[in-house]
Amino acid sequence: MGKFPKRAAMTLGTVAIASLLLAGCATSGTSAGGTTSAVSKADITKAMNTPATITFWTWVPKIQSEVNLFEKKYPKIKVNVVNLGQGATYYTKLESAISAGSGAPDVAQVEYTHLPSFELSKNLKDLAPYGAADVKSQFSASAWNLVASGNAIYGIPQDSGPLGLLYRTDILKADGVAAPQTWAEFATAADKVHAADPSQYLTDIPSSNGSAFLGLFQQAGANPFSYTGGKTVNINLNSATGKKVVDYWSTLIQKGDISTDPDFTDSWYQGLASGKYASWVAAAWGPVFLQGTAAKTSGNWRAAELPQWTAGDHASGIVGGSADSVLSSTKHPIASAVFTQFLNSDKQATLDFATQQFLFPTTAATLSNSEFSDQKSPFYGGQQVNKVFAGISSKITGQFGSLPFMDQVYDSFNTTLGKAMANGGTGMDAGLADWQAAVVKYAKAQGFTVTTN
Amino acid sequence: MSETIAATTAARNAKAPRRRRNETKRKQTIAAYAFVIPFLLLFLLMLVVPLVYSGYLSLFRSQLIGGLTFVGLGNFIQAATDPLFLAGVLRMAFFLVVQVPIMLALSLLFALLLDSGRLRFPRLIRLGIFIPYAVPGVVAALMWGYLYGDFGPFSQLAHFLTIPAPNFLGAGTALYSIMNIVTWGWVGYNMIVIYSALRSIPTELYDAAEMDGAGAIRVAWSIKIPAVRPAIILTAIFSVIGTFQLFNEPKLLQSVAPNVIDGAYTPNLYAYTLAFTDHEVNYAAAVSFILGIVIMIVSYVVQLSTQRRERAK
Repeated sequence: MGKFPKRAAMTLGTVAIASLLLAGCATSGTSAGGTTSAVSKADITKAMNTPATITFWTWVPKIQSEVNLFEKKYPKIKVNVVNLGQGATYYTKLESAISAGSGAPDVAQVEYTHLPSFELSKNLKDLAPYGAADVKSQFSASAWNLVASGNAIYGIPQDSGPLGLLYRTDILKADGVAAPQTWAEFATAADKVHAADPSQYLTDIPSSNGSAFLGLFQQAGANPFSYTGGKTVNINLNSATGKKVVDYWSTLIQKGDISTDPDFTDSWYQGLASGKYASWVAAAWGPVFLQGTAAKTSGNWRAAELPQWTAGDHASGIVGGSADSVLSSTKHPIASAVFTQFLNSDKQATLDFATQQFLFPTTAATLSNSEFSDQKSPFYGGQQVNKVFAGISSKITGQFGSLPFMDQVYDSFNTTLGKAMANGGTGMDAGLADWQAAVVKYAKAQGFTVTTN
Repeated sequence: MSETIAATTAARNAKAPRRRRNETKRKQTIAAYAFVIPFLLLFLLMLVVPLVYSGYLSLFRSQLIGGLTFVGLGNFIQAATDPLFLAGVLRMAFFLVVQVPIMLALSLLFALLLDSGRLRFPRLIRLGIFIPYAVPGVVAALMWGYLYGDFGPFSQLAHFLTIPAPNFLGAGTALYSIMNIVTWGWVGYNMIVIYSALRSIPTELYDAAEMDGAGAIRVAWSIKIPAVRPAIILTAIFSVIGTFQLFNEPKLLQSVAPNVIDGAYTPNLYAYTLAFTDHEVNYAAAVSFILGIVIMIVSYVVQLSTQRRERAK
């Protein structure tokens, strides 16, 4: 090798290292989305009449038709819809675009559980100064709670996932079991169903789904997480209420009356279609999903409230759902904020979301709109399923917080409590304690101050 | 010293022809580099730069609260004592000791059978054994996920016979089930490597052996296997690397057996989980580097031990 290439290699190396160092220094310089003083009506009117193009990242299919309604009302504002599909890669893309400092959208769909992590990095604009508080009264309280953090509002609720029970009325009837109203009745029913046919289970409580299990926590009145910005997180999975829920399922799993198969896998789909599971604790997006998965069992399913801890109660939890948020890097904050409000509160747009894309509504107007709530579904024997879930949604009270790192919370569920569930339900108490310990350990390693109230 | 002077004098004497030769040589050198540049550029961009970058990343620690801090070799020290990482490495070492010999023995056996010329439809059989390698790893893992699953043929058969269904993805069995998938997928590939080495053995050797009265098995043992030794070592080293980098199969089976195959099941999966679930990109980079070093050491040990055996002969 001659002299030239060696020197060239060294130069290239230096350039590479230098550019890396530069890249390292140029960490996201986006300004905080902290409180700004209220924007006046005149400013809003002016902005909405100034030509602008905003980019909107989402995973809702065919959302263009609802966006068209906005563009019709505000012809000066163009919305560039980018559909990136749902899942973990969506957030990876969003985080990458934000930290790259360019290419991030103005408006992004974000699940409620992921709002705190973007709130933590100060990438969300507080929508309160842009008139968001004015639309508050149109939304169900349970959905609004999920976007509000103190006085700040970090998104406008788009859809929600109140929990209900979808069950096979034919199987229950054959086993002489009435639809369970309380968890005590549910336990007796589980015993009967499994005794009648050992290959059948009243339900499947997946050992792979921390998010669904937290829904059961919420129904029982536990609120294990809270984060209100800043450095402190509250983590209390191991509360008395949490233990009550865990003990209940531990008993049923140890008896072998309930299965713990991982959900959203091939055999889980077949289990729903073949009658292996006689019910599914499902969020409001579940009923339509189930129709596609278990088409052969059409007519045999019914929807109901979750069984209650105390007879006569109407408690439930929320699993899933998302909001539309404005990123603090946007150059068109007013147009973006108005867009999120219009899209999720306009009468026609929200009704279309509910009836075309089957997003479970968050506005009182759509929840009670007969076009939505009176829909009869042959899959559920002509039952007005939407009305059932609308009823559930209206009765959800109380707060249910998320941590800025829910992915880690769900992941550690699988190796702690979920593992104990999969191992036959013994040691679930210890599993719950391990889960708590794992989440606390992670939070501390990430520099948070942890409280456990 | 005197040699240098002599050389200089000689160079001075042969100045004119030397210059012309130098010129053609330089032209050739430039041409050679021109040919290599496309590779070199890609090599730099796709390998060297990311490597340097992740090396740089591994020297920091980023926290959700507190941001980026320089920690020097802190991440490496942490990884060297991280029980999750070490358990993954040990699991893969066990995998290596059990699965690789089985796979290579099967590959060698099939290659020898094909080479013996005693099989009917040898091309069909060769293709049949090779085809699993052509199936993308992702598809293969999904397929096996179904076969191992609750509604797969084995469970259905057990159900039909009213015996308890085997749990292929339990805490004690999952690793062996993954070994099975990897073996199924890679036997054909290794077989082809060994088989092509077998085809290049001069046939005179076989004639000589036959003259000496050696049977087919003796020929295989004393001529064929020693002759393809380098090919076997090559497949062994590839398998060492492949084993420690195991990712696709456990990652895909994770959705079916999430409580057994955790985020730290294999070292590579651990690096992935750290980077994408735990937001610890810097620590993930350090773990990847240590994994690379482990692979280099084990590969070197494999090569060294076979060489020593060769020399001992």
